[in-house]
Amino acid sequence: MTLPTWMPALADAIYFLAAVSFIWGIKRMSSPRTARHGILWAGGGMAAAILVTFFLPGMHHLLAIVVSVVVGGGLSWWVGRRVKMTAMPQMVALFNGMGGGAAAAIGAVELIKFNAALKLLTAPSRLVPDTSPIQPEAWATHAAQAIRTAVHLSPVELTLAFLGILIGAISFTGSLIAFAKLQGWMDKRYIYPLQRWVNLAIFIAAVVCGILALIAAIEGQPFAWGLLIAFFALTLIFGIAMTLPIGGADMPVVISMYNACTGLAVACDGFALQNEAMIIAGMVVGAAGTLLTQLMAKAMNRSLANVLFSNFGGGGGAAQQEIAGALKPIDANDAAVMMAYAERVAIVPGYGMAVAQAQHKVWEFAKLLIERGVKVKFAIHPVAGRMPGHMNVLLAEAGVPYDLIEDMDDINPEFPNIDVALVIGANDVVNPVARTDKNSPIYGMPILDVAKAKNVIVIKRGRGKGFAGIENALFYADNTRMLYGDGQAAAGELVAGLKTLDA
Amino acid sequence: MITGFLALYIFMLAAFTGYEIISRVPVILHTPLMSGSNFVHGIVLVGAMIALGHAHSTIEIVIGVIAVLLAAGNVAGAYVVTERMLEMFKTSKPAAPQSAEKKP
Repeated sequence: MTLPTWMPALADAIYFLAAVSFIWGIKRMSSPRTARHGILWAGGGMAAAILVTFFLPGMHHLLAIVVSVVVGGGLSWWVGRRVKMTAMPQMVALFNGMGGGAAAAIGAVELIKFNAALKLLTAPSRLVPDTSPIQPEAWATHAAQAIRTAVHLSPVELTLAFLGILIGAISFTGSLIAFAKLQGWMDKRYIYPLQRWVNLAIFIAAVVCGILALIAAIEGQPFAWGLLIAFFALTLIFGIAMTLPIGGADMPVVISMYNACTGLAVACDGFALQNEAMIIAGMVVGAAGTLLTQLMAKAMNRSLANVLFSNFGGGGGAAQQEIAGALKPIDANDAAVMMAYAERVAIVPGYGMAVAQAQHKVWEFAKLLIERGVKVKFAIHPVAGRMPGHMNVLLAEAGVPYDLIEDMDDINPEFPNIDVALVIGANDVVNPVARTDKNSPIYGMPILDVAKAKNVIVIKRGRGKGFAGIENALFYADNTRMLYGDGQAAAGELVAGLKTLDA
Repeated sequence: MITGFLALYIFMLAAFTGYEIISRVPVILHTPLMSGSNFVHGIVLVGAMIALGHAHSTIEIVIGVIAVLLAAGNVAGAYVVTERMLEMFKTSKPAAPQSAEKKP
């Protein structure tokens, strides 16, 4: 295919505009009012960048590229369209892992190309006939330069290609494990003695293999394939080994970290490929993702190191305090009446509500209360759901306007004035032992002060413990009543209870 | 060619940009934003296409195809998921004034 000579310049211009659109898009996505435009901006830039890549000079295998793009993109599009809102977090993990895998694969292709070029270099005499007027040595230097420019791999770029593989591969397998855990395919945490040291050993072994292979490459020796394959295998294994012991409650932080990792890997690859859009987009995501990871860890009152290297709820330490009192059940009709005649009601939804798909029923109930003149607020813990902000998305899906949704810091001082707090599917985030019991694994985690409300109604499926596996003192408090049942059914009974009140 | 310190400058500036543009993000947007940045690093597809487009040997082509498949999955899936999440914020607007009357 012959291309006009201005094509590379046009491609550069479009990559530049794409980089601008990504930054602008992320900027818009960080405010609720402009968020929707943000993804459109970024999407437009991305589409243009992908399209112009087809017309870069020297591109082969166009058919293979088109087919792969359509198959890979089509499958993901289809899955992304059909998946339920509650499953969004694991989807982010899955797609992020794919990006990491792609980044690692790109690094691998670049290294193989470099190796092929080296082979040509090391055997120049065979290519130059003895009768050549140019000295073989001079020819070799010249060829070396030509090939180096052709494959674009100076020592710095080689190093970055290795780094891209390392980070990308860890992000790939790590994200897939995170996906499997959130999807419920791997419920258990896999913990064994000296795990941290084993993981460290795997990591060091991977890095050593990488450095040895890198030094050989920089010195211009052909690759030691064993070393390279070991490097690959060890990085992939490390991603798995590192994620296995981390509990489900910490997964959002881990996914966010892998998201930042993939960004960094992409930036490294972009440097090896001399593609500015990749460098900038990757680096921006790397930095933004790192900040986001910190914000999430902060919302859970845990440091990142704590998430990665300590086993949450591992059962160590002193025995937890005994909880006195009994569980006092309440009937759905009584609960409905109680709230109908209350002045202020706070609804505290948790992931359990989302799993039961009860958000629509709950909103219907809240609307009936509002019609009766009750002041209703939704109180959201920063990590309610599976990720920060996940619950807001789920409530928004049900149609709850976001001025009725209050963050923890805003609603906590109000709880003593609230007549009824309706807890539905939330457990650990309302557990007062986080404030009172120093031996509890969730001690110090910020919680919603639901216990301070005048009355508390807890909708709960059974008597099981929460995600962290801790007994909840709130359920035993004097002002708490338990409404047992599936979230959706219970909310339906509450709605029915309110309606009979008016009939 | 982007080499040496020029690259460092780009890295540094891009890192600060990424850090600054989301420093004031409300909790409500954490998950959509993570998904959105997940989409942005889908630019890896461009790299995968370039890698496959310049592949010579069979092994390069095979790994290149894997790279393009994965990267295309990243970019398409992340876009759909982000778009669906952010679509939710649109529906809350018409309902907002109605409930505002009920507010104290």
